[in-house]
Amino acid sequence: MKEITGAKIVLETLKYLGVKDIFGYPGGAVIPIYDALYDFEGLQHYMARHEQGAVHSADGYARTKKVPGVCLATSGPGATNLVTGIMTAHMDSIPLLVITGQVSTSFLGKDSFQESDIIGITSPITKNNYLVRDIFQLPDILKEAYILSKHGRPGPVLVDIPKNIQEQKIDYDKFKNLLEKDIKKINKFKSLYEENEILEFQKLFNSSKKPVLVVGGGVLNGDCVKEVREFVERTKIPVVSTLMGLGIFNKDDEKYFGMIGMHGLVEANRAVDECDLLICVGMRFDDRIVGDKSKFSPNSKKIHIEIDRAEINKNILVDLPIVGDAKDILKQTLELDLKDDFETWSESFKREDVTDEKDLNQISTLNMLNEILDERYIVVTDVGQHQMFTAQHLDIKKPFQFCTSGGAGTMGYGLPAAIGAKVANPDKKVIAILGDGGFQMNQQELILLAQYNLPVKVLIFNNGALGMVKQWQELFNNKRYSSVILDINPDFVKLANAHYVEGEKIENIHNLKRLKDILEDDNPYLVDIQMSYEHNVYPIIPAGKSFEHTIGGE
Amino acid sequence: MEAKRILLVMKNKPGVLNKISGLFQKRGINIENITAGEGYPEETVRMTITGFWDDYTLNQVIVQAEKLFDVEFIKSFSKESVLRELVLVKVQVDSKSRQELLQILDIYRGSVVDVGLESLIIEITGDIGKIDGFLKLVKNFNILEIARTGVSAMTRGLGV
Repeated sequence: MKEITGAKIVLETLKYLGVKDIFGYPGGAVIPIYDALYDFEGLQHYMARHEQGAVHSADGYARTKKVPGVCLATSGPGATNLVTGIMTAHMDSIPLLVITGQVSTSFLGKDSFQESDIIGITSPITKNNYLVRDIFQLPDILKEAYILSKHGRPGPVLVDIPKNIQEQKIDYDKFKNLLEKDIKKINKFKSLYEENEILEFQKLFNSSKKPVLVVGGGVLNGDCVKEVREFVERTKIPVVSTLMGLGIFNKDDEKYFGMIGMHGLVEANRAVDECDLLICVGMRFDDRIVGDKSKFSPNSKKIHIEIDRAEINKNILVDLPIVGDAKDILKQTLELDLKDDFETWSESFKREDVTDEKDLNQISTLNMLNEILDERYIVVTDVGQHQMFTAQHLDIKKPFQFCTSGGAGTMGYGLPAAIGAKVANPDKKVIAILGDGGFQMNQQELILLAQYNLPVKVLIFNNGALGMVKQWQELFNNKRYSSVILDINPDFVKLANAHYVEGEKIENIHNLKRLKDILEDDNPYLVDIQMSYEHNVYPIIPAGKSFEHTIGGE
Repeated sequence: MEAKRILLVMKNKPGVLNKISGLFQKRGINIENITAGEGYPEETVRMTITGFWDDYTLNQVIVQAEKLFDVEFIKSFSKESVLRELVLVKVQVDSKSRQELLQILDIYRGSVVDVGLESLIIEITGDIGKIDGFLKLVKNFNILEIARTGVSAMTRGLGV
């Protein structure tokens, strides 16, 4: 009789689900799965150097390929090292299937070696999690977890598999039946809107004089870029984006005024502040967008198109919630008779062109990148000043071309996420824009570029500081720069060399032109771009304040 | 603020109570009491959760819990729902107080579930007003222990 182990079931089920790549790190409680991987065909495993690297890579993979990312780690410390990455994906609604090993069931709850209650630990940051206690449930659980991760509002799902379940064997034919059996239909995130809400949408829209459309990450998740673009084309209303919505519109779009929020562009924030109707699609009124709740877009009626009912009125009270699939809802609105006479309102906004920079700094570097980058590129950032500079100044041309940790603001995200993005998109050119602080949080992942021959270009915006914290200390803590100046950094080029990656320093603006050759080349490369820590990201609206408190610059 | 109550039906699996309590904990929302037990059909667990919440909080609890994969049904109870709580009270008694206590118990239609030489365990079931009224009276006796189950609730009529 042919038998199959639990470990092999995991791999066969992943393959059955269409998974091609997984990111992971071995350990005692997943040895059976790694043993099964040893000669398994059809799944490529990428070995990170830290579990956090593995989960961020899976996240970058998911964000840029539009399929769930999969990662694997051992029990205890392996599992807990995933927590930051799970939370990062949870905050930005990114589908992940996270598989952890667990101590054998007979050791559970006894504080056994490398045991952690990862189910309890990750409950608040996953859509669901499962501890597998019965090998016959393993295929169903994996299938359900994978489908759940991308169902409705996407997010991470964790499956914890005890070692003895991985080692246990069952009859192969029984497994085959289980594998091919349909799972119970998942019935969450239903469309709840009704026809009269669409009619109410029409009424509010046609009676408004100054409407603004806000697009968020939900537009990407909901696969309705085409529909929102058509809506703007038809109605000619101004459109602004959240950080997670960057790439849906770009600089060539006449009605697009850029990113809103704490570091949003002044014109974009002014549009939200002055409008009489705010139509929000797939966004959740994060505090980095809203600031002072009582003064957020104070004169507008608000329409919220959203798949997750729990987001309605959570942060901001709205006048018309329309709960459901944004694509369906937008399609219906496109059939309505809608006004399109907003020219005067739109023209009251003038996009400010970025002035030419004479010095080597974040803006001059991004200006140079704007000259080079086209649709072949994917840009991944870490978190901090360089991230906000990039969000403000880089012309992101296409959806899914930009990948960043928004809601969680996870430093250390950029390099491993770029690795995931490159694995997911071998035909694209992937650039990681990192700060010197964030790079050092997961710099060990550099070795993957050499190991798997991944031609990721790592651009370090090296300002010798934890720039964003420094900026806050400067503006709001009397320049008391407590523990933010990195006056000793590693020699990043030598560090790259030690990881078999070539690199160089750029120390003046003239050498920025080098970037053209570097980015066109097909090898991994690290560029250490020297900048002053004195540059801050402007505009900034202080946390909890409103548009009127915008600080425009020095 | 008035007490609000919700009915929650979840899959009967290990850890589901933790997922619910975590949802409240994350948001700093207090649970006044929670009763949980096997539901009907038996693969479900049925909970009644009570708290002093404003309408916003109540709504948040409902919509956030609804998202949990293991939650099958959730709703808030109206004021007209049937509410019941069970209380056990252990009282130290002598011959005099024993008689008095039994008289009170009779009025409240409670029962004695354990008789000792110097103690009684009494049981009473009812709505909140009845339980509170009864406890107010027995506090004049020498109470050794009180165990309240928390409120279980059910909607009147045919609907759930």
